[in-house]
Amino acid sequence: MLNIDNLHARVEQKEILKGLSLDVHAGEVHAIMGPNGSGKSTLAGVLAGREAFDVTEGTVTFEGKNLLDMEPEERAREGLFLAFQYPVEIPGVGNTYFLRAALNSIRKYRGQPELDAAQFMKLVREKLKHMHMSEELLKRPVNEGFSGGEKKRNEIFQMAVLDPKLAILDETDSGLDIDALKIVSDGVNALRGPDRAIIVITHYQRLLNYIVPDFVHVLVDGRIVKSGGKELALELEDKGYDGIKAELKRQLATA
Amino acid sequence: MKTIHPAVEQTSKKAELLNAFEGLERQLAGSDTPFLRRLRSAGIARFDQLGFPGSRDEEWRFTPLTSLFQHPFVPAISHHGIDLPELKQQLPAWKEAWQIVSVDGFVEDTLSRLSGLPTGCTVMSLSEAIKARPDQVEAALARHAHFENNTFAALNTAFVQDGVFIHLAKNCVVEQPIHLAFIESGRGRMSFPRILVVAEKHSQATIIETYQTLGEQADCTTAVSEYILADEARLDHYRLNEASKKTFHFASQHTRLARGSYFRSHCFTLGGGLVRNDLFACFTAENGECTLNGLYTVDGSRLIDNHTTIDHAMPHCNSHEVYKGIIAGKGKGVFNGKIFVRQDAQKTDAKQTNQTLLLSPDAMIDTKPQLEIFADDVKCTHGATVGQLDAEMMFYLRSRGLGKDEAQGILTYAFANDIIGKVEVPALRDILEKRFLPV
Repeated sequence: MLNIDNLHARVEQKEILKGLSLDVHAGEVHAIMGPNGSGKSTLAGVLAGREAFDVTEGTVTFEGKNLLDMEPEERAREGLFLAFQYPVEIPGVGNTYFLRAALNSIRKYRGQPELDAAQFMKLVREKLKHMHMSEELLKRPVNEGFSGGEKKRNEIFQMAVLDPKLAILDETDSGLDIDALKIVSDGVNALRGPDRAIIVITHYQRLLNYIVPDFVHVLVDGRIVKSGGKELALELEDKGYDGIKAELKRQLATA
Repeated sequence: MKTIHPAVEQTSKKAELLNAFEGLERQLAGSDTPFLRRLRSAGIARFDQLGFPGSRDEEWRFTPLTSLFQHPFVPAISHHGIDLPELKQQLPAWKEAWQIVSVDGFVEDTLSRLSGLPTGCTVMSLSEAIKARPDQVEAALARHAHFENNTFAALNTAFVQDGVFIHLAKNCVVEQPIHLAFIESGRGRMSFPRILVVAEKHSQATIIETYQTLGEQADCTTAVSEYILADEARLDHYRLNEASKKTFHFASQHTRLARGSYFRSHCFTLGGGLVRNDLFACFTAENGECTLNGLYTVDGSRLIDNHTTIDHAMPHCNSHEVYKGIIAGKGKGVFNGKIFVRQDAQKTDAKQTNQTLLLSPDAMIDTKPQLEIFADDVKCTHGATVGQLDAEMMFYLRSRGLGKDEAQGILTYAFANDIIGKVEVPALRDILEKRFLPV
């Protein structure tokens, strides 16, 4: 579904991603873990089409198409979804209005009929239940005055409504207490399926107790330095990123 | 195309209008009414003295009128040639609103809906009022719309023939809004609509002015309105300009607030090619409250200029002012907000905000708050911000599948929303929401 090959990207002349490669297939959940500054959020930004990042080398294909050529909205319409680390507050724009407009843009692109207000509300009410969100939140402006947990829940709720093929969760666990973490994880787990892939970007292993990944990758200094199964997350928790880095150094020295 | 020096064009445009006045004076409606004749003479004399403002005129520095001089406008003396049944089809059919319709400045009774107005509320054409209530009209007309320094108000006064007269008797409360629909024919005419509203003590009403165009040619509208509020009177006022983008529109609005009166006005300028709104509000006694809010959108190479003046001549009055502009293409906005706080006007509370959203690199705004405070125990604040769309918000919306234009539209609406949200007439709010968010 997603093939990243030798990806190099920079922000304001500073190289952040230094040859990152990753293959993600439908039905898989990948966790990308790494210390601060390793390039986790840059990867999420590059995939979603943030303008601040310059791709200098490498390719990214999504369902066989060149992802890097697409505008952010085209990526979304092709089925990519980014749950933001810091969801943006947009005063003056109603949550419901925004989400219906977004869903209808995607549906139009895919040749599906647009949903009217009643059809949309029916869909929304179904999805709200999964996220333990009240309809009240929908009437408010996008994320305005939402608590940290409400914002993250809103991201996953949007994901449920937009029904992407590939979801990237950028530090969705940051700032969540244990109850909110459980709700958000349940929401994500409900969206797991054979046709959907999920990339979970996180600093901590904690989230992976709830969203159990098929693969774990360790991102250090702009490259994936180690990949493994879910047990790699536990190893990381045990040794820390420094432990992994030291181990890699030893391997390099002996090689 | 030959080029003519603007000063020459300006003089010839002035001569053209002076000649037109001379030729038409006897034909103008109401020319047998002495006070009206005197008023017109004063108007044309002042127009003759003032001429058209040029770039050296401080009040017009950012609003060049050169394009105005290139159009041959014919002063309207009636709304002849308009297909009234067809127009009737096109009029906004607002339920639950009284309606009076003026075409090229002349009220057309067959298009109005005024039967059953509550007792004490008079809504009629100005020409009819001049005959039916000459004393009331004479006592108020042009008493507050000063034209010493306003050439377009002088011109309007010179050609004044018709318009809308509203009188609210003491304690009269009108629940439904009164909609004044001003239609321009779009036939290259210059029209002179006039509004005179007298709200007696404790009266209350909602008044909506709308401006729209039928035809394709550029028109020139000089509109003058007077809102005179007696003690404790309350007026909720809206002005929606949706005239064609070729139209020249010069409006002056004069409000006088007596003791404890309340005037809340929202000025929406979405149409017009070159628009100048001069809004004046003056507190003539204590405890008045005045809101002048505005929202305008400019695109192409249009220009919209809002000049507001709030005169705190008396103590214990409050004024609030929020003006928002959305400027795209090579559009240009001008805002000048004067607040005078006279020496006696202690305990004045005046707040002014001007916010502008620039949607393109060629969009322009000239904004100038101008506070002149002569009293010492007052609260006056002002602030102006000019910005662009928030990049992070744009990315957020686009990352959800919304196209660039759609995302821009939504954020523009968000910017405008707090002004639109203050509109308390649902039919009008719906119109505005549709203009910003077409769904």
